[in-house]
Amino acid sequence: MKSAPFDYFKPGSVADACARLASESGGAVAIAGGQSLVPLLALRMAPAVTLVDLGGLSALGQFAKTSDGVRIGAGVTHAAIEDGKVPDPSGGLLQRVAGGIAYRSVRNHGTIGGSVALADPAADWPACLLALGATARISGPSGERVEPMEALLVGAYTTSIAAGEIITAFDVPALPTGTRWSYQKVVRKSGAFAMSIGCVIVRPDRAAVVVLGGTTTRAQLLVETATAFGGDEARLRAAIARDLASVQQDADDYVKRLHTATLLKAVREAAG
Amino acid sequence: MKAKVSLVLNGESVSAEVEPRETLADFIRERQGLTATHLGCEHGVCGACTVEVEGQTTRSCLTLAVRADGMHVKTLEGLAADPAMMVLKRWFHDEHALQCGFCTPGMLITARDILSRHRAPDAGTIRKELSGQLCRCTGYANIVKAIEAAGRELAGA
Repeated sequence: MKSAPFDYFKPGSVADACARLASESGGAVAIAGGQSLVPLLALRMAPAVTLVDLGGLSALGQFAKTSDGVRIGAGVTHAAIEDGKVPDPSGGLLQRVAGGIAYRSVRNHGTIGGSVALADPAADWPACLLALGATARISGPSGERVEPMEALLVGAYTTSIAAGEIITAFDVPALPTGTRWSYQKVVRKSGAFAMSIGCVIVRPDRAAVVVLGGTTTRAQLLVETATAFGGDEARLRAAIARDLASVQQDADDYVKRLHTATLLKAVREAAG
Repeated sequence: MKAKVSLVLNGESVSAEVEPRETLADFIRERQGLTATHLGCEHGVCGACTVEVEGQTTRSCLTLAVRADGMHVKTLEGLAADPAMMVLKRWFHDEHALQCGFCTPGMLITARDILSRHRAPDAGTIRKELSGQLCRCTGYANIVKAIEAAGRELAGA
């Protein structure tokens, strides 16, 4: 399939990009790595009057250590994180997640910000960054704001990003020494979109965090399962069942078993 | 709307006026007449259109030509004299790693990238790294064998 025609705009700055996105509300679409958007355009599932190319904005490609973790520019590619070019204060979690996204030729171009902004329910970064307690820095016509992942993710392909806004970076807090984590996903083949994602992070100074991805909505924090962390399998299964009943009400028996198996595997690995 | 694209394709400067919706794959095949880059699915699933942009493997069907402006692009034609590619092609021949040949250009460019990032990789590593390349003749066994053999030869093992 070939895309329908669209115009192309290459902004000189983030402010320039935001202004164009705001002025053509509904018709202008931001393109980062393009690894999801270009096929959606080709399949004519995503309409665009103008593509606003964020690819050349060097401000989005930066990364730096911060006092409590790392700031990763939204335009940083999965491959850069996979290759360890970006400081990883999560004890290898970021690197593991990056290396498991799609295929190398996609990871060379796909970006962390693009992945979160698209908010595909099966994507890796929303689940991972939610579990890590990351916050997004968002620029728009009215300036910059900061939004925790929990508030940014609204539903399937839906975020709190308003017209004219783009994600510029993520602040990822460092995990203290002694933290254990597990990231599990079920895919039909290496690199395919996940049918289920389980991410568990256990910091020595806080209660366990459990996130489920690959749902029909968005990556979800599972409160009951996190509370049952450390309990026996019967207790965990009961907690997972209660969480699934609230976060994915339309799950059939297969989906319930799939998510349960993924979460149990992640919990067991994180428990050590 | 038309936009001007100038890029270095296999070492030669080329430029054209393109519609923003034109993919790099169509730019390479239709405008430049270089047909080693194959178009299978046109939505990033099959990997047949894999080329190198700035030295990185890239799906040319997922890349708009206008976004490759100013960049260095290499297709299989431009890698004809590449030492690693010559070894890979010989092993593909010796191991009978192709039937219809449609996936072969993407397989070769991806295989070269795998061998540049992994020294003498084992079959498991090759299979994982090759998971984005589809061979609908399902000739994967011989493709993996050929890449494994080429990897051993290039590593001097």
